[in-house]
Amino acid sequence: MQPGEVFAFLGPNGAGKTTTVEILEGIRPRTSGEVRVLGTDPWVMGRDLQRRIGVIPQDFHFFPKLSPREALNLYAGLFGVRSRAAELLDRVELADKADALYDTLSGGQRQKLGLALALVNDPELCFLDEPTTGLDPRARRAIWSVIRGLKKEGRTVFLTTHYLEEAQLLADRIAIINLGHIIATGTPTEIIRQYGRPERLHIVGDVALAEPLRQQLNLGVEVENGAIDVELRAKGDALRVLRWIDTSGFAYQSFSTAQDTLEDVFLRLVGASEHSSLDKSTEGEEA
Amino acid sequence: MNGPRVLSYFVAFAKGYLRNPLGLFFSLIFPVILILIFGAVFANSGSSAVPLYVENLDHNSPGSVAFLQALDHTGAVQVNVVIPPAGTNLSSYLASNGESAGLLIPAGFQAALTNKTHVTLQLFTNPSAASQAGIVIGAVQGVESAVNLQEAGGSTIVTSTYFNVGSQIYTYIDYLIPGLIGFSILTSPMFSMVNISSTWKRDKLFRQLSLTPLTRAEWLTAALIWYVLLALVSAFVMIGVGRFVFGAHVSVVLWMFPFLLAGPVLFVSLGLVAGSASKTPESAAVVGNVILFPMMFLSGTFFPVSGFSPPLQNVAHVLPLYYVIDGLNAGILFGNGAGALRDFIVTAVIALVFFIAAIRLFSWRED
Repeated sequence: MQPGEVFAFLGPNGAGKTTTVEILEGIRPRTSGEVRVLGTDPWVMGRDLQRRIGVIPQDFHFFPKLSPREALNLYAGLFGVRSRAAELLDRVELADKADALYDTLSGGQRQKLGLALALVNDPELCFLDEPTTGLDPRARRAIWSVIRGLKKEGRTVFLTTHYLEEAQLLADRIAIINLGHIIATGTPTEIIRQYGRPERLHIVGDVALAEPLRQQLNLGVEVENGAIDVELRAKGDALRVLRWIDTSGFAYQSFSTAQDTLEDVFLRLVGASEHSSLDKSTEGEEA
Repeated sequence: MNGPRVLSYFVAFAKGYLRNPLGLFFSLIFPVILILIFGAVFANSGSSAVPLYVENLDHNSPGSVAFLQALDHTGAVQVNVVIPPAGTNLSSYLASNGESAGLLIPAGFQAALTNKTHVTLQLFTNPSAASQAGIVIGAVQGVESAVNLQEAGGSTIVTSTYFNVGSQIYTYIDYLIPGLIGFSILTSPMFSMVNISSTWKRDKLFRQLSLTPLTRAEWLTAALIWYVLLALVSAFVMIGVGRFVFGAHVSVVLWMFPFLLAGPVLFVSLGLVAGSASKTPESAAVVGNVILFPMMFLSGTFFPVSGFSPPLQNVAHVLPLYYVIDGLNAGILFGNGAGALRDFIVTAVIALVFFIAAIRLFSWRED
């Protein structure tokens, strides 16, 4: 990770995201390999490291009979810093619930408190483990706004999520993990370019078009759910296809261009990785 | 150990506790309710006389009346002369009225005294009320012996003077107060810590705390300070209720403080061990109850251990709460410093053992 970037860590359930995050936070020992966070081994230097990082764990819970203001004052006392409860509550849009007890807060309000607590010690690096899971769109956008603010302030953010749209919107760089291994890294655009399919012309019409298109224009053509996808390798390919259809006399209802999203790439990568792992285990069994 | 961190956490812990009505009820109010219930039930148990129903078939002859007066003056029984309805006898009268003790003075009692001939009194007792039966039999036989001695013209050679244990007359409520202070020292920390150490693990609150500079030792220290304070307040409340509601002969003495300090350390640690060793909050609650309930009833909380059968006394002597209550009795009731010191040493050693075990077993990182 580079200082000041938002780094999204993606993976299906059970891929090892939270285990990795907990190893990085210094609350779980690694079984092998080397881990350095802000230049230190997090398991050995956990106490010192925790003064420099902020964390929202997955399934954030807090003491049910404390209010957000009291929770922030408690954290300030534990970190030995001046309490900025009012400022932080404003920042996460929770000022109106400052004195409500935690057990009366909604899921979104609890996550906002978690985010405010992660900022009490003015951290260089924030670990946000699925901070928006289960939240309504409004609460999710409020959290996104805080994450963007953290980036503007030059803080580094390690974001774990399984909302790919969230990662695509917020992250400078992404890593995809599956079955405990990182299978892709890069910016969202790089990952889509590297692992996604080329841009396609999506035609809804007579599927009999597919074969002549493949033979006449020498382009990759796929038929799926009664529609035809034609790979666009060069800038003029779309015009070439449309012109050919127009002169061929085949009927079609509509056309549009389509490009893989991060979600398409993610599903393909995770699926391939699982197949590959399955193949390996089958081979192992056969051997 | 960082003082400001302990203080910050202590304040939050105390607020959480005070805002939980159930915790406060069991810490401060429940023991007071127990004092009020047990105090009301056994208020006169130290001095009450056993009711003895008497049918006097000798028609209030001077000898029979004198015998009954002597019996009444023993203070052990309260003589009530009755006339069973026609067609019934004293035995059926006692049975139909749910009474346990009766005495029938036969006709000719006075004549027997005068003629120095043998006469037999009939005494009815209820085997299911063995202690009352023993009191009645002892009192009647005592008066019979005195009458026989007097009629035989003899004189008393051996007598005894009776003293109560300790320096003054104690009632049941006097023994109950130290017992319930011990009960309170046991239950609040045990229930809370078993619950905390299992549910906080499930809710990942320990993980949340482990992400701050607070250490386990600081966390434990803050919790201990809270339970020691709670034990102090609870002890003062119970002594106050005992004194002012029931006139108990208990007061705040220096010797109770070591137990109000070591007791919470012992039971916070024991609760933490029980909770940490359990995998789920449900199994922790079972383990906690298995430890707590025998201790609650067999350590002399409600009744003195000296009244238990020898095997039960042996069981009581291996229960840590026994030494807390015995020490509180020694300090508060009997002013027995040596006894209190012995009990304190035992309590402190057990507390230290469980404290070390708790520190070793209890973890809030994913080791």
